[in-house]
Amino acid sequence: MAFEGLAERLQVTMQKIKGKGKISEADVKEMMREVRFALIEADVNLKVVKEFIKTVSERAVGQDVMKSLTPGQQVIKIVKDELTQLMGGEQSKIAFSTRPPTVIMMVGLQGAGKTTTSGKLASVLRKKYNKKPLLVAADIYRPAAIKQLETLGKQLSLPVFSLGTEISPVEIARQAIEHAKQEHHDVVIIDTAGRLHVDEALMDELKQIRAIKEPDEIFLVVDSMTGQDAVNVASNFNEALGITGVVLTKLDGDTRGGAALSIRSVTQKPIKFVGMGEKMDALEEFHPDRMASRILGMGDVLSLIEKAQTEVDESKAKELEEKIRTQSFTFDDFIEQLQQVKKMGPLDEILKMLPGAGKIKGLENAKVDEKQMGRVEAIIYSMTPHEKTHPETINGSRKKRIAKGSGTSIQEVNRLLKQFDDMKKMMKQMSSMQQKGKKKMNFPGMDGLFR
Amino acid sequence: MSFFKKLKEKMSGTPEEQIEKQSITEKFKGGLSKTRDQFTSKVNDLVAKYRKVDEDFFEELEELLLQADVGFETVMELMDKLRYEVQRKNIKDTSGIQSVIAEKLVEIYESGEEQLAELQLPETGLGVILLVGVNGVGKTTTIGKLAHRLKQQGKTVMLAAGDTFRAGAIDQLQEWGNRTGVEVVKQAEGSDPAAVMYDAVRAAKSRGVDVLICDTAGRLQNKVNLMNELEKIHRVISRELPDAPHEVLLALDATTGQNALIQAQTFKEVTNVTGIVLTKLDGTAKGGIVLAIRNKLGIPVKFVGLGEQMDDLQPFDADKYVYGLFAEGLELEDTEDK
Repeated sequence: MAFEGLAERLQVTMQKIKGKGKISEADVKEMMREVRFALIEADVNLKVVKEFIKTVSERAVGQDVMKSLTPGQQVIKIVKDELTQLMGGEQSKIAFSTRPPTVIMMVGLQGAGKTTTSGKLASVLRKKYNKKPLLVAADIYRPAAIKQLETLGKQLSLPVFSLGTEISPVEIARQAIEHAKQEHHDVVIIDTAGRLHVDEALMDELKQIRAIKEPDEIFLVVDSMTGQDAVNVASNFNEALGITGVVLTKLDGDTRGGAALSIRSVTQKPIKFVGMGEKMDALEEFHPDRMASRILGMGDVLSLIEKAQTEVDESKAKELEEKIRTQSFTFDDFIEQLQQVKKMGPLDEILKMLPGAGKIKGLENAKVDEKQMGRVEAIIYSMTPHEKTHPETINGSRKKRIAKGSGTSIQEVNRLLKQFDDMKKMMKQMSSMQQKGKKKMNFPGMDGLFR
Repeated sequence: MSFFKKLKEKMSGTPEEQIEKQSITEKFKGGLSKTRDQFTSKVNDLVAKYRKVDEDFFEELEELLLQADVGFETVMELMDKLRYEVQRKNIKDTSGIQSVIAEKLVEIYESGEEQLAELQLPETGLGVILLVGVNGVGKTTTIGKLAHRLKQQGKTVMLAAGDTFRAGAIDQLQEWGNRTGVEVVKQAEGSDPAAVMYDAVRAAKSRGVDVLICDTAGRLQNKVNLMNELEKIHRVISRELPDAPHEVLLALDATTGQNALIQAQTFKEVTNVTGIVLTKLDGTAKGGIVLAIRNKLGIPVKFVGLGEQMDDLQPFDADKYVYGLFAEGLELEDTEDK
């Protein structure tokens, strides 16, 4: 299927150009075609793509792409920089009213995820900003929409204001703001009904809600999987209501999310949050650079590198290398390794950040069992310091004690000891290979393969 | 006033006027009017702008199709076919080009296969329909509409509330059950959806119901656990009733872009999707991606959702749809010929 990223696409073009020695303007044009393909496949709106290509082409021709030894890389860099810049700018925070309550209106198409996002936003506001939010159920049209918000409120222990489905959303919003004043809620989040942006009647209703008390924020909630139509959605809502920000939902899927770029360039309004999962705390800040990589199909390598850099201590890494070389690797080091990996977050999420990882068959089955890691930790913690450094001294009765102490079985202790042993053997092989350097590698039993 | 003009006036009424026209044919027209306005009028403009069929014409047509979310590969394939056809028939003038475009669109969509538009349910005994899809595409609403439709055909229907995850989902389905007068089999929120299916199939069998429609929780196709859960649901249903589910319908939001292709592929791998319900087609959406899905994966569109009312679910007919899109242009040709 045609979902390879820009890097792969450009590679084909580069193969053709290779050996030419010099890159011509026509070659740049050819590369721009590939950029165009990639962006359209990522669902960036065609008009936006055209404008974008124009800017990038100018930069590419003007800059050193033609002289560069790695023009492909250079083009990718320019494209990515430009994308990041377009989507970034003001990393704006939520505009809280100086006279509470702050009113936040959630608007969007049906099924974009307004109700879920309302719940998540309330939870974030309480946790990070120390606010006391009130959720308002103003979607009286969809069956059980109010019930959905009430259930979310219950899960989060947050109050939900609702007046049933008989009273108009405008009235509900009005009373809710009054109620918030009395009860000293400093933020009111109004969950409005989903609508088609061509529906005049419902748009009017939103305008009336807006007129009660000018909302401090009007967030347009958009499904990140939206295609070419994202531009129309965003501009219609923006023209009718004057949105102040965008929340991009369902980004935990595998869509490229070109809609982000389309919306941004049409409305010039910042993307404030992204929905990253079904859990109630899965609402994150928007990172333009990561979004750019994603649109280009390059995976979230940056986030991964960043994570690894912040979490892995360099001096510790050196120490480890030394230990591997001198084969003094102990269970203490082993557990330290485990913890460093754990610090980087859930392992499957880390794997997902790798470009192309989603496509590798079998990887989805290689699920990293976090529970198993916990058991391993427990076993190691149940060892004495002496046992940790000298695992060979662990005999039958010691094993029994460790198993009991860690709440595991002797078999599990045995398995870990065996794994640790294998690991050490492997390290020994690796380090001896490094030391011998260019000497012919000699794997027992593999000679036949190399003849 | 010529017939063409009358037709045009009908199409471009205000939204209020369109809602007033309640007959089903009018509804179809009304629901698709946005697609018409967006796509057809642009093609017509294009034809008017370019007298000759040349590269510029093709390029603009290509852009039109891309803007309808058809996707790059399928557009390229279509353009190749069109270029070939134009050369073969030696078409120089753009005036006759609409019918060729329409023909090729249908050809790409059907790719040689006959379409089985209606639901394939057993003549006698229980028929099971399973609804799957990502979050927020309108599965539950589609089920409500589908139940209504089947009931009108004189069938007895039962619903299974398989979305035990999303807050309020069970109530939403129950609400549709009340509206359509259909029994809903449900368990508490958070219970095992496969268990709900087990109960539902048993209940449907013992009560001699004609059709059981099963709701499932929305899931993004890259969530392995959730896809495994779906596989289990599918397995439980077919264990309780061999050959079931008879139809697995993938609900697809018409505004979705290229990700829809991955959705269709992944869901097909897990549950053997037999058809697509294209929802929310009454927006400005065009849903061009179904062309690519049919072309690449052979999954046909069985229904389109054209509004928020109970009877707003209509069977999909590719010929009618595509020719409908070009109706104006074809009429125009006729009047010009005279």
